[in-house]
Amino acid sequence: MPISRRKFIQVGSLASASLMLPQFLRGFQYQAPAQRSNHKILVVIQLSGGNDGLNTVVPYRNDIYYKSRPTLALPADKILTLTDDTGLNPALKGLKQQYDDGHLSIINGVGYPDPNRSHFRSMDIWQTGSTASEMLTTGWLGRYLDTRSAGQQHNALAIEVDDTLSLALKGDERSALAVQNIETFHAAATTPYFKKIASHADEHEEKLAGYLYKTLAETTSASDYLYQINKVKATGQTYPTTGIGKRLKTIGALINANAETQVYYVSHGSFDTHVGQADRQTRLFTQLDDALTPFIADLKANGKFEDVLIMTFSEFGRRVEQNASNGTDHGTAGSMFMIGGSLKKPGLYNPLPNLSMLDAGDLEHSIDFKQVYTTVLEKWLQADGKAVLGRRYTGLDFI
Amino acid sequence: MDLLQKNKLLYSRAGFGIALRDYQQPRPIDAALADLFPLAAPTGLEAVTEADWQQYSPDAMKAMGSEADKKEKQKEFRKRTKDINLMWLQQMVYTSFPLVEKTALFWHGHFATRINNPYYDQKLLNILRKNALGNFGDMLRQVSKSSAMLQFLNNQQNKKLHPNENFAREVMELFTLGRGHYTEEDIKEAARAFTGWAHDGNGDFVFRKRQHDDGLKKFLGREGYFNGDDILNILLEQKQTAVFLTQKIYRYFVSDEKTDEKHVKELAASFYKSNYDIAALLKEIFTADWFYKESVAGAKVKSPVELIVGYQRLLPMQFTNTKTLYSLQRLLGQVLFEAPNVAGWPGGKNWIDSSSLVVRMRLPEVLLATQDLDLSPKDTDPEMGEMHHNTTEMQEGAKPTNIKMARPVVDWDAYLAAWGQTRKEDLPALLADYLLVPGITAQQLRETISFADHFTDTDYIRSLTILLMELPEYQLG
Repeated sequence: MPISRRKFIQVGSLASASLMLPQFLRGFQYQAPAQRSNHKILVVIQLSGGNDGLNTVVPYRNDIYYKSRPTLALPADKILTLTDDTGLNPALKGLKQQYDDGHLSIINGVGYPDPNRSHFRSMDIWQTGSTASEMLTTGWLGRYLDTRSAGQQHNALAIEVDDTLSLALKGDERSALAVQNIETFHAAATTPYFKKIASHADEHEEKLAGYLYKTLAETTSASDYLYQINKVKATGQTYPTTGIGKRLKTIGALINANAETQVYYVSHGSFDTHVGQADRQTRLFTQLDDALTPFIADLKANGKFEDVLIMTFSEFGRRVEQNASNGTDHGTAGSMFMIGGSLKKPGLYNPLPNLSMLDAGDLEHSIDFKQVYTTVLEKWLQADGKAVLGRRYTGLDFI
Repeated sequence: MDLLQKNKLLYSRAGFGIALRDYQQPRPIDAALADLFPLAAPTGLEAVTEADWQQYSPDAMKAMGSEADKKEKQKEFRKRTKDINLMWLQQMVYTSFPLVEKTALFWHGHFATRINNPYYDQKLLNILRKNALGNFGDMLRQVSKSSAMLQFLNNQQNKKLHPNENFAREVMELFTLGRGHYTEEDIKEAARAFTGWAHDGNGDFVFRKRQHDDGLKKFLGREGYFNGDDILNILLEQKQTAVFLTQKIYRYFVSDEKTDEKHVKELAASFYKSNYDIAALLKEIFTADWFYKESVAGAKVKSPVELIVGYQRLLPMQFTNTKTLYSLQRLLGQVLFEAPNVAGWPGGKNWIDSSSLVVRMRLPEVLLATQDLDLSPKDTDPEMGEMHHNTTEMQEGAKPTNIKMARPVVDWDAYLAAWGQTRKEDLPALLADYLLVPGITAQQLRETISFADHFTDTDYIRSLTILLMELPEYQLG
């Protein structure tokens, strides 16, 4: 068959891209980067759909709780006891262990003034780090990237393990990389044609075309980087094959290989438990807990746990009273988990919201989530919280 | 700019890309413009009939038994948002008046809602399409009284004893004046004037007199017993409204990044003088000398919807699974009727990140050749049930709910015939000129040629077309 017979399209196909790889790897032997000093890593786990906080961190001695939830309340003998009045959802056994080990800090009553009960809007508020009345077009972690990378060349400073990028990770000048599967993404983003196109990135000075070329060049180079580094370190742990399990496995591999990535972002859900809450929340928590356990063990085995902070959040908690379908409807404040080997204040950071002081049936928040962001930005990522969030918020001292 | 380049730029901005016949026979701008503006307003689109709505309306829901049944029924209805979405998308592809739909798409982002009610969505869409090239004041009044907007901005809850300021705030911040041209006090007073504005179960406007606050109000330096209509009229009397709208229209039709304040000022002055005649404003832009400049060509990032429609106008394609068109919107980051928030889609550079750029650059092969794209968009509607991240299926060893792109059947005949007579050595430069609004360098073109399939003339045209559509420049309009 003459060479021209070859369908041109194969040039860009996944098949030919993977054929190309052995040669590519033979070309140069990839060395794992050395241990990075003072490299702090943030792993954000988004619990999408509005996780019910009261059945996550349970006030098991509170009459109002049991009265408000005749069929949904978790009985005192089922919960995992934390203190004389607070317990953890029974599906979170691994997290209970972290609590006992001093590696879990629970921040309660986190929300924001004038709470919005729409999934989209409230998720927007959390992801952009705005107030309830502001409409921002960049995310808090994206703006962190903007401050971080001025003038510097980075391969993959932040990664969302997903096929599309969340607003949280979009900055003005720089955004995170969204990668669900490193090998698939590598094959798609680094075809010979794309690499050729990307090699002209420097020639484009026009604002928009220049931006596109720059994004392309960074994407191909980051994709190469991740592809190589992902192979460096085999895990000794068995992760579950759930979505969250696979995602945390990818993150574990990159962290343990000393990747330069500072921020990882994953979502898990949907926690929108209007109907039949108990089964769904239990299932999702079990998946989360089963994925976190090997992930944490993996980090510990590689001496990384002290450098990692895992943070969970949800766009809102749910109403105190259960509804007529054994579920709960959209509410306000909720709890955040902070997990890591370097917590300054493990345990319950603050008490649960007062169930006898409700705002039209909803919990009052006591901590603005932007205070948590400020703390993470300033004390963990060494960034200027005000530059990222636009205002100065009082930080907390869990790290 | 020669006439051909002027035509290219005009159809890129006033439509979804230049058609082959217009490329082959460019016309004087006046003649082209005359055909872009229809003589009559477009007829409404109807994907959800009134009879459909009767099954799902609040009254019908009340009659239903259990909460779970109601949820199920609501879910079923929300899924029909896809029907109106795809109907409008199809309208953009097949219309003879692309400027109507392109402008309606602008207003769809300006008056952004996300209510998961396809019947109300459809009503609002038809207001926007009918007034897209009409009078902004008429459109503002109709939108403000539409069920979709009243619901989205909580005016149903805006009552004399418990005012809800949401609509009053956004009508000034996002629809008319822009930030910084009113006070918090103005918002409070305007909210009082809009009390009692509501809609009935059928989605028709009702004025609930008993919930209306008919007291004296102070608004933007004036005093009177204002009602909602008075507030809208006062807002339309502000020159700033014309300035704010013109700035936004300029960014949409002219340039994402660079705004020439002098041109905006002139345009805004005539827009105000014309009492908000949208067609006149667009004609002024599309006949201005400053519009037809090299620096304007490529000064826009195509939105996902423009991109998707553009493909289909370029090459007729039949999607066996229409869900693909919906999934594409998700993957690329713009789903009609699902604006991220009331401020609409930010647009411009915001459309581009590493993953969306890779998807954009892969798509021509996926749609027009043999590539698979095995990506799953985020299910951004938690109430639709299981997100794809909810992985029970994966756990049980079944396939994850990834959406494979169902490849359309592409009709290349007319396209190939049109280029079939072109000399082979002229093809690359001509195709590049036809497909790309900004130019590319000779070297870039040579490299693209080196990846093309030279086997037959047909292969050559096809492969060059696909390769050119994969370039970053194709993302620009």
